[in-house]
Amino acid sequence: MPFNWNWAFTWEILPKLLHAALNTLLAAGLGYAIAVVLGLILALAQRTPSRAVTFVIREFVEFIRSTPLILQIFFVYYVGPQFGLRLGPWTAGMIAIGLHYSAYLSEVYRGGLQAVPKGQWEACTALNLSPAKTYWRIIIPQAIPSALAGMGNYLVGIFKDTPMLSVIGVAELMHTANAIGSSSYRYLEPYTLVGIIFLAISLPTAALIRIFEGYVRRKLGLK
Amino acid sequence: MMDEDFSQYPLELTGDDIPMVRFSRVSKRYGALTVLDNLDLDVAAGEMITIIGPSGSGKTTVLRMLMTLETINEGVIYVDGKPLTHMEKCGKLVRADRRYLRQMRAQIGMCFQHFNLFPHMTALENCMEGPVQVLGMKKAAARARSEELLELVGMADKRDQHPARLSGGQQQRVAIARALAMRPKVMLFDEVTSALDPEVIGEVTTVIRNLVDKHNLTMLMVTHQMGFAKDISDRVCFFFDGKIEEQNSPEELFSNPQKERTQQFLSAVKEAG
Ligand SMILES: Nc1ncnc2c1ncn2[C@@H]1O[C@H](COP(=O)(O)OP(=O)(O)OP(=O)(O)O)[C@@H](O)[C@H]1O
Ligand SMILES: [Mg+2]
Repeated sequence: MPFNWNWAFTWEILPKLLHAALNTLLAAGLGYAIAVVLGLILALAQRTPSRAVTFVIREFVEFIRSTPLILQIFFVYYVGPQFGLRLGPWTAGMIAIGLHYSAYLSEVYRGGLQAVPKGQWEACTALNLSPAKTYWRIIIPQAIPSALAGMGNYLVGIFKDTPMLSVIGVAELMHTANAIGSSSYRYLEPYTLVGIIFLAISLPTAALIRIFEGYVRRKLGLK
Repeated sequence: MMDEDFSQYPLELTGDDIPMVRFSRVSKRYGALTVLDNLDLDVAAGEMITIIGPSGSGKTTVLRMLMTLETINEGVIYVDGKPLTHMEKCGKLVRADRRYLRQMRAQIGMCFQHFNLFPHMTALENCMEGPVQVLGMKKAAARARSEELLELVGMADKRDQHPARLSGGQQQRVAIARALAMRPKVMLFDEVTSALDPEVIGEVTTVIRNLVDKHNLTMLMVTHQMGFAKDISDRVCFFFDGKIEEQNSPEELFSNPQKERTQQFLSAVKEAG
C-alpha cells in the first residue's frame, strides 16, 4: 500500500482522539494519585519495627515489580469476579495500575527516606518529637526532593502505560484509536496522532517536573 | 530468655544529695566489643563535667546513652533521682518502654558535632519546633522564647536564614538555642567545636561559657579542647577503654595527673598542639 495521508480523515478523528486523551489523562492522574499514597504507606510500613510486616510488604512489592502490568490488569478484571470482586473496567484498571506503580514509588520513597542523614533522626529524638511528627515534619520533607526525580519518571511512566487499559475496554486513547482503525480500516492517521498526543504531553511534563524539583528544593531552603 | 534482674538497683534515689545524673554500673557492648565497662558516674545538679580521652574510649557513647539514643546492656541510669533507662513495674525495675522514655528524656538536651539542624527550616523555626510540637506551646509564646534564645547565642539577626546559609559556628549556636528552647535540666555537648574552622570555635565556646556562668544547668561535655575544658569545668573525667581512668578538678587533673595513661594522653595532646 503506498503511503497516503488523508488530511480530511485526520481532522475528522482528531476531536474524538483529543476527547479520549482526556480519559487517558484522567486514568494516569487517578492511577498516580493511588500510587503516590499507597506507595508511601508501603514505604513506611517497611520501616516498622515488626519484622513480619516488613517481610510481607517487601515480598509483596517484589512480586508486583516482577510481574507484568498487563497480567495484573487482567487478573484484577477477569479473576477478581471469581473472588466476588466484580469491578468495572475503570475501577479495575485504576486498582491494577495504581497498585503496580505504588510498588515502584515505594522504592523511590524508600531511597529518599534512606538518604536523610541519621543525625536528623537523632536530633528528633533529642527534641523528643513523636515518631509521627518526626516523619511528617522532619524526615519526609527532606526525603521529597531526592524522591521527586523518581516520582516524575513514574508519572510519565504511568501515563505511557495507560494504553494497556484498552485491553479491558477503558476508553482511553489507544482504545479509541483501535476502534477508529477497525471501523474505517485506516490505521496510519489514528496511530500517528496517538503518538503525537503522547509526545506533546510527555515532553513538557518531564521538563515541568525538573523545574518543579528545583522549586521545591529552593522552597524547602535546601539549595 | 530469662527475665533480667535489676533488684540490686533502687527504684529511685533517696537522701539529701541526689545527683542530677547517676550512671550505676552501666555497661554497653556492641557484639563482642565492650565500649563501656561497669561505669559509675555521678553528676551533681548544676555541675559542668568534661569528658576527655582517646578516640574510641566511649565518650560519645556515654552521652548517647543518656540521651536515650542507645540502649544499655547492664546497669541503670538515673536522672534527677528517677530511673531513665528503666521504670517501675509491680515494685520492680524493668526496661523502660517508649512512653516512659519520652517522658523522661524531656529533661535532657543534646548538641551534636555536626549540628543536625533541620535544613528545611529557618533558624527560628528550628528553635520553635520542639516547643510547639512537643511542649504544645502557642506559636507566639514559642516564638518569643526562641527569639530570646537566639539573642542569647548572638543569632537574632539570622533568625530567618536556613542552615545552608549559615557558617558552622552559626549553625552550632542555633543548635544550642534549639536545645535550650526545650528547657532541659541536663545539657549534653558532644565535640560541638570539632567540625568547626579554628576561627569560629571561639564564638561557640563563648556561648557555652555564658551558659555555665549564668544558668544553673547540669552539663556533660565531650571535648578535645583541653584549654577550654580546664577553664570551665567543675570536674574533668579522663576516659580510657570504657572506664573512668581518672577524674579530678581541672586544675589537679591537668597539672598533676596521677595515672600514667592520663599523663601519656595529656602529653600527646600537648605535642599535637
Ligand atoms: N553503632 C556502633 N556499632 C558498633 N560499634 C560502635 C558503634 N558506635 C560506637 N562503636 C564503637 O564503640 C567505641 C566507642 O565509641 P565512641 O563513639 O563512644 O568513642 P569516642 O570516645 O566518642 O571516640 P571519638 O573521640 O573518636 O569520638 C568505638 O570503638 C566505636 O567503634
Ligand atoms: Mg565521640
